[in-house]
Amino acid sequence: MEKPLLSVRNLTIDIPVGGGTLHAVRGIDFDLNRGETLCIVGESGSGKSLTSLAVMGLLSKTIRRTADRMDFDGTDLTRATPRTMRALRGARMAMIFQEPMTSLNPAYTIGDQLTEALLLHKPVGREAARARAIELLEKVGITAAESRLSQYPHQLSGGLRQRVMIAMALMCEPELIIADEPTTALDVTIQAQILRLLYDLGREMNMAMILITHDLGVVARVADKVAVMYAGELVETGPAAEVFNMPSHPYTRGLLRCIPLPGKTERGSKLGTIPGIVPSLVGDVQGCAFRTRCSYAEAACHGDIPRQGSGGHAFRCIHEDGNRHFEEAIA
Amino acid sequence: MTGHPPKKPPILELRNVGKTYQVKQGLFGKARPLTAVNDVSLSLSRGEVLGLVGESGCGKSTLAKILLGLEAPTTGQVLVDGQEIGDQDRLSLARRIQPIFQDPYSSLNPRKSIFDIVSLPLRVHGIGDRTQWEKQVREILDIVGLPARVMNTYPSQMSGGQRQRVAIARALIMKPEIVICDEPTSALDVSVQSQILNLLGELRREFGLTYLFISHDLAVVEHLASRVAVMYLGRIVEEADVAGLFDHARHPYTQALLQSVLTPEPGLGVPDTQLGMAYPNPIDPPSGCRFHPRCPLATDHCKSHAPRPIRTEQGLVECHLYDPESQMYKNEAA
Amino acid sequence: MAHTNINDPLLQEITGPTPGQMLRRRILGHQGLLIGAVVMAILLIVAIFAPLLAPHDPYAQSLMHRMEPPVFLGGTWDHPLGTDHLGRDYLSRLIYGARVSLMIGTIAALISGVIGTAMGVAAGYFGGRVDMVVTFLINVRLAMPVVLVALAVVAIMGGSLQVVIAVLGLLLWDRFAVVMRASTLQVRRREYVAAAQAIGASTPRVILSEMMPNIANNLIVVVTLEMAHAILLEAALSFLGLGVQPPTPSWGLMVSEGKNMMLFEPWLVLIPGAVLFLLVLAINLMGDGLRDVTAPENRS
Repeated sequence: MEKPLLSVRNLTIDIPVGGGTLHAVRGIDFDLNRGETLCIVGESGSGKSLTSLAVMGLLSKTIRRTADRMDFDGTDLTRATPRTMRALRGARMAMIFQEPMTSLNPAYTIGDQLTEALLLHKPVGREAARARAIELLEKVGITAAESRLSQYPHQLSGGLRQRVMIAMALMCEPELIIADEPTTALDVTIQAQILRLLYDLGREMNMAMILITHDLGVVARVADKVAVMYAGELVETGPAAEVFNMPSHPYTRGLLRCIPLPGKTERGSKLGTIPGIVPSLVGDVQGCAFRTRCSYAEAACHGDIPRQGSGGHAFRCIHEDGNRHFEEAIA
Repeated sequence: MTGHPPKKPPILELRNVGKTYQVKQGLFGKARPLTAVNDVSLSLSRGEVLGLVGESGCGKSTLAKILLGLEAPTTGQVLVDGQEIGDQDRLSLARRIQPIFQDPYSSLNPRKSIFDIVSLPLRVHGIGDRTQWEKQVREILDIVGLPARVMNTYPSQMSGGQRQRVAIARALIMKPEIVICDEPTSALDVSVQSQILNLLGELRREFGLTYLFISHDLAVVEHLASRVAVMYLGRIVEEADVAGLFDHARHPYTQALLQSVLTPEPGLGVPDTQLGMAYPNPIDPPSGCRFHPRCPLATDHCKSHAPRPIRTEQGLVECHLYDPESQMYKNEAA
Repeated sequence: MAHTNINDPLLQEITGPTPGQMLRRRILGHQGLLIGAVVMAILLIVAIFAPLLAPHDPYAQSLMHRMEPPVFLGGTWDHPLGTDHLGRDYLSRLIYGARVSLMIGTIAALISGVIGTAMGVAAGYFGGRVDMVVTFLINVRLAMPVVLVALAVVAIMGGSLQVVIAVLGLLLWDRFAVVMRASTLQVRRREYVAAAQAIGASTPRVILSEMMPNIANNLIVVVTLEMAHAILLEAALSFLGLGVQPPTPSWGLMVSEGKNMMLFEPWLVLIPGAVLFLLVLAINLMGDGLRDVTAPENRS
């Protein structure tokens, strides 16, 4: 088997807050191969965005990040100096944010911002960088690419700005792209286009991609691998088809029941819900974080939670197959 | 539940409603008209849920403001129970129509306690005294699934789902007939969204409410609505009952919208909607059919002629493809 | 109801502090604000209880005891801060001067606050023509140099406490208008304003009851700034002889009266200068503190 491009073991993120320490991310593991798309899915506060920022080395100084291993193609990210990280970011790993308007600098033209990273990281001239910018703008489906170079971000629509952001991320042909909710701020028709574009480009350029999202529909359509996060833990991970067809953790199943499925859910019927709320992660956090909302919770859920599963599909639950058979029997 | 007798008198009716803003470009620029809502006619009968879908900037929020009496339409009439809302005073309109907004972080006043927020309608309308307010607030909080002790807490102490329940309680405390839900769940997490949708469904059945449900999430609209209207650049381009629209969408825009819905079914990939990407600038709407620059089926006729609304057995559609006259023209040209 | 159920998920979340509790906590944790508030409180008490605290009549002249130095320069405890060129007790004049300064600061800030807030809120809420007119007025006012206009008016009308207060009150509203207009614009787009309107609440109710509590914190900050501004302007005008007229005790006037003797008896200038500095510093510390303390809620 080939060596993964990115390998993360026991990543933990602690945030000091007023009343103690917020254990925002607790011991998560994942691997990502070249050309593969990993979707990290979770609700607000699950720690999915922090995880991506930790990989990029973009967490603020007050936040503590520890990991047994964080290996990016032979570079140990846990020990990387700020200088090494800067050299990696933009050149070999790039990030796409949710709100393109806040990540594009309104004072510079699209052309300036597109060529900046390339001029910084690669020994190319201005003309070559410009040519590359035009090439990429065309690739992300922007018409009249050459004239766009002299435009400012505010002159573009939201969909176009997100395309510019993608083009910017691709300038140095990174091996890893991290996209944090790249389509959440966009309309549905534009969302489909942007996702399709990301998906096609990933295939074409053999890029690995981490897509952070709360939208299970997006996950199902673009992911090779899925990682479901809940309250800072990775509760289930595996190939997309397996996670969606055989959701094993009670949380994953609960989430899938919450969304109306056109053609499957009866119109107007009651949707599934997950009662309760996300527990506080300040102070001592033990056992399964989902137990306060889980209908199968029992005393053993306070203790250590075993990792179950075979092959690539794994989940954390004390119950065998997370009691999936139980629900299937009822249905 | 989806079937409804069409002959019931409408409780809410829009007749050729239009809203045009004068938009000034730059400091010395000349004001130009922006038509946010363009000749919209809709009617809601008692107890039904009309889903209104469309992308940002299509005018659906402006329409909601007109219905709430927060904006006056430039043209046309809005009738509640056959009475024009311009003729009614604000208070009696407020008693019949109430909103639920998208963002529960912005729709509750951070300086007010939950009791103050939920009882505001009663206080504004001078209904009852303090003991009655407390009793009624207690009742309505119970109905939306919040314990009475939240009365003394503040919005900042609550989660998004709880805040949205408070907003619903405020909207329902005076027992309105019509509730305008403007993207009520799009700011919420998935697991909370389903709770709020269930609650809205229960409340509708229990109180016989009529909803105008504005959303961009077609899966949610399909689940809750009995009839659906699709809005594009200020116009209703298709209207049909929910089964008709979702099973046999007619307008190419509706079809593209439906294709764009990403259901959590792995292996289907991301659909190619074949829409041109740019949503047109509403100040400069395209000629002819406003959808033609993005329409994969557009013809020259679409570029020059605005389509008229065509009534079919399942509802209305505004597209030349379904207009026998336009088809004749096309055949002649061919 | 009375007994809390620990397993109730709702309770687990609704246990955070109320906005009031959070505010209290932040106030007590802010040193600058506390120092400013304590100094302000002391000066306020001194001003209010001046007749009880002053050892002498501030107007009583005694040519026998002219220019006596303060205690720390070898004077007697009979006049702890010495006497001025007319033999008046310097400490007593200083204490009564606090009244003048604080009164001018408070009333001028109040007048300009009412004018500026009304204009700013109206401009922000109604927009359109109202906004255009208010913005124009703000620009006109900003184009006028405050000191020059005040000088001109006082020169024509004659200097007195009332005239100084009126002139400053009518001149210092610009910052109120600008700040309140901006914060009104910001709050006006919140959905709770639309919700109140949809309930049928009247415009005054929407503005006063729904919007004001959310923009008032900005108002408090501007009030402190303008108070300090007005106090300094009064001192400047009095120094120039166009403000409060002798023999009224005013700190600005005291500096002015002492300036002839400055080279020989520098304390005549330094003492009123120092208390003026202390007062303005305290007010500004309070203003900055209030901004820090109230802003976080505004952001969330």
